[in-house]
Amino acid sequence: MENINTPIELTKNSAFRALKDKAFLWGVIIVSIITISPIVLIIGKLVWKGVSQINLSFFTEITPSTFEAMTAVASGEVIPGGIVNGILGTFLIVFLSAIIAIPVGILIGLFLFENQGKRYANLIRSLSDILQGVPSIVLGLIAYLWVVKNVTQGYSALAGSVALAIMMLPLIIRSTEETMKMIPGTLKEAGLALGVPYYKVILKVLIPSGISGLSTGILLAISRILGETAPLMLTTLGNPMINWDVTAPTSAVPLLIWDFYNDPNMVDLIWSSSLFLMGFVLTLNIISKRIAAKQ
Amino acid sequence: MSKNIDIIENPVLKVENLSIAYNKADKYAVKDVNVTIKKNAITAIMGPSGCGKSTMLRAINRMHELYPDIRTEGNIYLNGDNIMKMDTIQLRRKIGMVFQRPNPFPTMSIYDNVIAGYKLNGIRIKKSQRDDIVERSLTDVALWNEVKDSLHKKGTFLSGGQQQRLCIARSIAFQPEVILLDEPTSALDPIATSKVEDLLVKLKENYTIVLVTHNMSQAARISEYSMFMYLGDLVEYGKTKMMFTNPRDKKTEEYLTGKFG
Repeated sequence: MENINTPIELTKNSAFRALKDKAFLWGVIIVSIITISPIVLIIGKLVWKGVSQINLSFFTEITPSTFEAMTAVASGEVIPGGIVNGILGTFLIVFLSAIIAIPVGILIGLFLFENQGKRYANLIRSLSDILQGVPSIVLGLIAYLWVVKNVTQGYSALAGSVALAIMMLPLIIRSTEETMKMIPGTLKEAGLALGVPYYKVILKVLIPSGISGLSTGILLAISRILGETAPLMLTTLGNPMINWDVTAPTSAVPLLIWDFYNDPNMVDLIWSSSLFLMGFVLTLNIISKRIAAKQ
Repeated sequence: MSKNIDIIENPVLKVENLSIAYNKADKYAVKDVNVTIKKNAITAIMGPSGCGKSTMLRAINRMHELYPDIRTEGNIYLNGDNIMKMDTIQLRRKIGMVFQRPNPFPTMSIYDNVIAGYKLNGIRIKKSQRDDIVERSLTDVALWNEVKDSLHKKGTFLSGGQQQRLCIARSIAFQPEVILLDEPTSALDPIATSKVEDLLVKLKENYTIVLVTHNMSQAARISEYSMFMYLGDLVEYGKTKMMFTNPRDKKTEEYLTGKFG
């Protein structure tokens, strides 16, 4: 009789298991929705509110005056003008930061890689990690003291670039070191065994082999600083005109978003500028993911 | 070293009182080794793991100096010149090296891999000369016919055995005096292994070959002289045939008959 009972117990058991299975499946689905909903909602909102403002003049004209915006809003038209001063300013500032941060970051990353486990290298690595945790506004203050007050004698793109370069450094250092660690040591040996001097092995074998890792790190660092606002407020200030002079105040897209936020007539431009910035950062992220995947 | 009674004619390498330790506190990984290596012959270094055979091989072109705290005593002479006093860059062009795992440069084509020694060093040579070197080196390693139509494909597309032959081609592009091979077939299948072995036998006409191997039958098949190392000591050195048929040392006999190792 016990033999007959056993399958019945199994059925009971399996019904419970099926229930548990379903519960977990739904649990996972709900948690996934919670995870992805912020990004979907953000992008949705930005596109919904911002896309109407995106047209050719958005990319070719400078920011409108409050009066122009007010007239347009009053008559129910699209706000004229664009944010080209911010876009070009962002490019200028980010380009300068990259020029400062990439060589220094890669050199330090190589140094850390070559001196694994040494005291001095460990110290540098820890300091670089701490640097990553410094609030960006503090970096803005430092750049203000160093560059705005002493070098350019006024708000400047250069000052903003210095602040952002300091933000980029720890990211590039880390990614360089991690990339180099992934390259098999046998390649280094192969180069040295051919009678190639060490520095040439690094330049011509290790760096080309790790180029996708290095560029991924650089792109992620750039997308990290693209949206920084606080340090730029203290250093580059903003500029209603297009500016190419690195010693002069310069605009940037996140600074413009802050300006638009403070001007009730320009609210519509907040969304389109944010959409642009978000799209740009997202594109960089996707490109760097692609490069990393190819590796 | 009374056990090494063979007299080597035409020595190309002479190792004198070589001792190597990985750092100050460590025991010696290679202890007071004295050996002469015959020109245009294959010399095999055998022994159980950790016996110092790779360290010894690497010392011959000073690749062992990559370890930061390494301590080396004694001298090695290449045709009478002390390599410990040579510039490592020049030395490594005279003594090439092939590693356990095939390691072609992944960013370079087959062609560029062969010519890598020139390319990376920035040595400028004419295109026709480059073509000659590539063809000659690849022919020497019996790879030319297999890859002549895809010279500009990446070297990493080749099979493991082909990659290893490509690495040998890369090391002979400079026409070195000596080629050092550190267990070159341990990552290869039997067919690829036998191809590499055939090739080494052919290459010894022009080069002196020193080969570290785990595989005793490989040493028996292709080497003329063999060294047996144990715990850093050179236990026995002599003609391979002699060593396999009539080992002078009890340890060698035990190793060759599979009692340990």
